[in-house]
Amino acid sequence: MTPFTTLTGIAAPLLRDNVDTDAIIPSREMKSTGRTGLADGLFAPWRYSEGRTPNPDFVLNQPDFARAPILLSGTNFGCGSSREHAVWALAEHGIRCVIAESFAPIFAANCIRNGLLPVVMPQEAVRALTGQMVTVDLAGQSVSANGQSWTFAMDAEPKAMLLEGLDAIDLTLKSLPDIDRWTREDRAARPWVYLENNA
Amino acid sequence: MTGPRTLVDKIWDAHLVSQTASGASLIAIDRVFLHERTGASALKSMAAAGRPVRDPARVFAVMDHIVDTRPGRGDQTLMPGGQAFITETREAALAAGITLFDVTDLDQGITHVISPELGIVLPGLTLVAPDSHTCTQGALGALAWGIGSSEAEHAMATGVLRLSRPKTMRVTFTGSLAPHVSAKDMALHLLATHGAGGGAGHAVEFAGPAVAALDMEARMTLCNMATEFAAMTGIIAPDELTFDWLAGRRYAPLQFDGPVWSDLKSDDGARFDREIVIDASSIAPMISWGTSPEHSIAVDAVVPQGPDRAHSYVGLEPGVRLAGTPIDVAFIGSCTNSRLSDLRRAAALVKGRRIAASIKAALVVPGSSAVKRAAEAEGLDQIFRDAGFEWRESGCSLCFYAGGEGFAPGSRTISTTNRNFEGRQGPGIRTHIASPETVAASALAGAIADPRRLS
Repeated sequence: MTPFTTLTGIAAPLLRDNVDTDAIIPSREMKSTGRTGLADGLFAPWRYSEGRTPNPDFVLNQPDFARAPILLSGTNFGCGSSREHAVWALAEHGIRCVIAESFAPIFAANCIRNGLLPVVMPQEAVRALTGQMVTVDLAGQSVSANGQSWTFAMDAEPKAMLLEGLDAIDLTLKSLPDIDRWTREDRAARPWVYLENNA
Repeated sequence: MTGPRTLVDKIWDAHLVSQTASGASLIAIDRVFLHERTGASALKSMAAAGRPVRDPARVFAVMDHIVDTRPGRGDQTLMPGGQAFITETREAALAAGITLFDVTDLDQGITHVISPELGIVLPGLTLVAPDSHTCTQGALGALAWGIGSSEAEHAMATGVLRLSRPKTMRVTFTGSLAPHVSAKDMALHLLATHGAGGGAGHAVEFAGPAVAALDMEARMTLCNMATEFAAMTGIIAPDELTFDWLAGRRYAPLQFDGPVWSDLKSDDGARFDREIVIDASSIAPMISWGTSPEHSIAVDAVVPQGPDRAHSYVGLEPGVRLAGTPIDVAFIGSCTNSRLSDLRRAAALVKGRRIAASIKAALVVPGSSAVKRAAEAEGLDQIFRDAGFEWRESGCSLCFYAGGEGFAPGSRTISTTNRNFEGRQGPGIRTHIASPETVAASALAGAIADPRRLS
């Protein structure tokens, strides 16, 4: 996974609440069992007009924002379906950071596993970033633009995962002795959990 | 933790393997459930990385999301390219040695319907699935929640997830529900009152006399919508009803005696980070008017002022009365409301009546093949057919549009599903979510209708 340290780029405003993962990528755009080829379907319902021509009103179709690596939004961004395709599509398009008033939990977790940084900031700060050249510094947990600067909260674990570009599974497998020991004890305490007859 | 604990904290503590250096918890995962929409992707990705499934006996998969629901179905599906999801999931499941409930299996059905049905989810267990509505299974007293594909791989490869402890919230429903008001209305009322982001960061325990009075299937409906509340999950403490309901199910233990089961409840004096109390007797049949489940109102109320986009998408201005708005499609199904009791309540309303001639499509899609057989054994299929509904095989069906079965843009549907997002049921489709009672009454009227007015 590509580490996320700092990022400077234009912030594209999609200032709506409850942007759901069906809007980020509709089910019908998830055409294969792989993780790639999804950028074309990103925001398809809003990005395309009839005949799949670009809708000039949609923010990512505007020349200033077509290559923006930062997306701004309102509350509960990424709500709805757990589809990780939403994150894969955003990342494939080139979005590396979403700054929103709040995130739906599954979406935020999916971001961390794919090197995409979800930043929570209050509404006035998000609005102040609209269209600005924004610098995000994960180590310092700060966002700055136009001489103004804000800090944001982040748990230590996801921060470390992103900063170092860590693969969560590889990291956890280092704790395998702990997991094995716990499982042995648990198997004795809760045998019904282990479905021996289903093995 | 010491002192009085919540149910969520008890299950959390019981599954805590270790703490990471950066303060996360490794939480043991007892069950993983996959479906064909993302199952092949997760299993293939693991195989490519040379990571085996750690304990295949505790991983299950089912074909539910994009399977055809028309009679005589096989691997072919109306979704373009959909067949590959089914065949690749089958191949990957067989290769990984996990338990698969295939398209024509007697146990096939929607994940969150069959997992309880088969006793795969149990009180006190942790269960994850790459499906946001996994919270449904919290109704059994399990900590069950939706995750992404990468997290599913993580759980299968390591037996744990790296997590931060959620905050806890208790939503207490006092009093009792009025006639023709059901668990779906409780969930929509909560969303309308506290917003689609209202549960963010929390695991929500549903409690109180009106929750205790719900049957197991209604409890699943209530917990199902916890994800629409942005909660990590919903959970209901198991009681005698829960254990009786589970007794004898295939993957359930033979008995539930002892403190390990009886302690699965929040202690007296346990502190929740947030508490919400709702008087259940004040809840009316609810229906969504807009493009988020929080855009919900009593079925006899007028559309309030909401976001301009929502009004424009659904074609309903503030101040108009929803009841009487003509509908094109009626759908009874999904992991929210497709169980036998849901079908019984809808059937009781449509029995001996006909749906309006103006309805273009009316479907009943049972939540599982077992539900379908049970409904047929008591003649519910005939009641629905006589009324003009189609009676289908089990699956997720019209809950979302994957490019298969759909309707003309602008069509208005009334649906027992969980999401009324823009385009959720197809481009330009206007979705109103409601209970099976309200959908049945509306199908008969050809317009949004109040089930309390149907005698």
